[in-house]
Amino acid sequence: MPRIGVFVCHCGENIAATVDAAAVAQAAAGFPGVVHSVDYKYMCSDPGQNLIRDAIREKKLTGVVVAACSPRMHEPTFRRTCADAGLNAFLCEMANVREHCSWVHEKLPATTEKAIDLVRIMVEKVKRNRPLFPIKVPVTKTALVIGGGIAGIQASLDIANAGHKVILVERDPSIGGHMAQLSETFPTLDCSQCILTPRMVEVAQHPNITLYTYSELEKLEGFIGNFKATIRRKARFVDEKLCTGCGICAQKCATKKIPSEFNAGLGNRTAIYVPFPQAVPNKPVIDKAHCTYFRTGKCKVCERFCEKKAIRFEQEDELIEVPVGAVVVATGYDLKQTDFFPEYGYGKYKDVVNGLQFERLASASGPTLGAIKRPSDGKTPETIVFIACAGSRDPAKGINYCSKICCMYTAKHAMLYKHKVHSGKAYVFYMDIRAGGKMYEEFVRRAIEEDEVHYVRGRVSKIYERDGKLIVKGVDTLLNSRPVEIQADMVVLATAMVAHKDAEELAQKLKVSYDGDHFLSEAHPKLRPVEMNTAGVFVAGACQAPKDIPETVAQASGAASKVTGLFSKDELQREPVVAKVNRCAPPLFSTCIGCFLCESACAYQAIEREEIRGRDGKLIKTVARINEGVCQGCGTCVALCRSKSIDLQGFTNEQIFAELLAL
Amino acid sequence: MADYEPKVIAFVCNWCTYAGADLTGTSRIKYAPNIRMVRLPCTGRIDFMLLLQAFGQGADGVIVSGCHPGDCHYTAGNFHARRRWIVFRRLLDFMGIDLRRVYFSWVSAAEGAKWAELVNNVVADVRKLGPYDTFPKRLSGQIRPLEVA
Repeated sequence: MPRIGVFVCHCGENIAATVDAAAVAQAAAGFPGVVHSVDYKYMCSDPGQNLIRDAIREKKLTGVVVAACSPRMHEPTFRRTCADAGLNAFLCEMANVREHCSWVHEKLPATTEKAIDLVRIMVEKVKRNRPLFPIKVPVTKTALVIGGGIAGIQASLDIANAGHKVILVERDPSIGGHMAQLSETFPTLDCSQCILTPRMVEVAQHPNITLYTYSELEKLEGFIGNFKATIRRKARFVDEKLCTGCGICAQKCATKKIPSEFNAGLGNRTAIYVPFPQAVPNKPVIDKAHCTYFRTGKCKVCERFCEKKAIRFEQEDELIEVPVGAVVVATGYDLKQTDFFPEYGYGKYKDVVNGLQFERLASASGPTLGAIKRPSDGKTPETIVFIACAGSRDPAKGINYCSKICCMYTAKHAMLYKHKVHSGKAYVFYMDIRAGGKMYEEFVRRAIEEDEVHYVRGRVSKIYERDGKLIVKGVDTLLNSRPVEIQADMVVLATAMVAHKDAEELAQKLKVSYDGDHFLSEAHPKLRPVEMNTAGVFVAGACQAPKDIPETVAQASGAASKVTGLFSKDELQREPVVAKVNRCAPPLFSTCIGCFLCESACAYQAIEREEIRGRDGKLIKTVARINEGVCQGCGTCVALCRSKSIDLQGFTNEQIFAELLAL
Repeated sequence: MADYEPKVIAFVCNWCTYAGADLTGTSRIKYAPNIRMVRLPCTGRIDFMLLLQAFGQGADGVIVSGCHPGDCHYTAGNFHARRRWIVFRRLLDFMGIDLRRVYFSWVSAAEGAKWAELVNNVVADVRKLGPYDTFPKRLSGQIRPLEVA
């Protein structure tokens, strides 16, 4: 006979405010098979867990139902509690009476009734649970880091320094990411490249790091500890081993006027190019779309001048497969682009630039060598306007969130401008100043008070050209919403940070979830900020949400420590939620009829063919067998099985039908 | 019929819709309490018999919801489910089930508000359609609860 214990949590007021927890516990006490039913204020607390442990021992429970929050939150906690008391962890189920009941319904009798139903469903299920045992799987102690910006660099170095192998994949020809493009960084105004480039070099030289630049993740298969990554190494058309990075090819290249991605379109590059002088690796790539040879079939100037004979026009994309145990996703962000701001004339007026373009103008390695010159005519702007929240926090533009870094970098931009153009006037239009962070508020005050940047609280409605000036029309909401008109020489838009354009595709490759803005979703917003809902895949940096450099580095180190934690064991334990083909006594042996429909449905190739032979060695029949190390437990085969010979442990037909019958 | 409260049963996948409904909770978006959810690992796990059993059990409406196509945690489970649903609908129709009471949807882990809206719409629709007892009545005596283990 089943002996089920029901434990109803109040979650402080979270559940108890709308659900009568005592009534739920009382009702549950009357369910068939329930021998123990109590409610308690905080079931997940130590005394709460003790209630469960003591009841298991004293009442000899054969199953436990905890009516509390989502199993996605505390199922591991309560399963551990049960295991502590000697009850198999998989004989514990949770009824989700918080996220799916108390938080989403009003305080009505129907809400308590629903909670009682949810408990009844789980009691019926848990009666049919079987003890299960975790599946042990080996761990490949190599990490794949996707993205070579500061997040990926930090994560790679941390993992590599802990003694594990790292494969770092970067889609661009060089690592460095957006941070390499920045001039100075807030709030210290130290040069971005000066702090980043040594790290880039360290990555390239680290014995534990294999660097694949100009490469992308093609496919990821497998599961935690045992992934198989397929990496596409895009053709560089240059033999990396032979090339010395002398740069003669770029000097001689016939196609010279291609907007440089690194300079955010403000400078030019050649068709064979190294994105920037400090690039790692300092080896060029040929941009096939612009190369004269690839377009017309004639040229090969680079090949002629290359002393090392390293040019390879015949090179093709190469696919390589690597086994990895964990993945860190650090693919960064994009800026919202041009046609998004027709009212600001971005894309129409050359002197309306975005934040990243201004970084390049202010950078010593930029197209103007650090002198602030407007792109249209190269003159030094006497009046400059910075517009914060260009797109961010603007539901009308479809971006509800705050891009987080703009307040700070706008203050930095205004400061850099004032430091370089002493006589110039800088205006900042802002909605609010969000300067939360160590020394951040002080930094903004310095821009306003010491560098005399004029801050105008209000939005800009329109920018248009008149007599060679950019007329910025806005409003000052601190002065009775008085209209403001500024005749500017240059305008800088703090454009919204958005998810990378390939974020959705990448998420689908990694089988992780993403939010409505296409930022990748962490497993828990507070308590599991670097893990994702696919075990073994971790996240760092701005691909998860807009964030600044210190936060990105912290998250990257966090992700790295999770990876090293994973790699500290030789074997992993995986949840035994896997499919099983039944076995029975001869002459049937199994009800499986060997149709192998399951084989075609399985996305993991987990179905194997097993021959059942008699004592004389004669083949009786061939049936399906599931490789439990490979099976991920989706249950597609279960629903498909014609003879109903497969069942999914933890979600068996018996369990689910029992849940339904309890309703 | 004034005191009629519809009973809606939802079959959802663990990774998208279940998590989406969790988000509805953490966002404190309110919806009708007439829904009971059955959590499954994937919509690919959903068997036709489950839907039939739900109606046999007196459900006035049934929701099946999982990850958007392409977003399946298990690569392709929802594609299998999608294909099957076409057959399911025809089979349900053949069984004499009122198809206006069957709802297929995609709700991702980020779509908490969409889940609330879906539930409210389904409950309102089903409320208009009235209680559904023809099927259980026809079945009465034919489906017995499984023996308790």
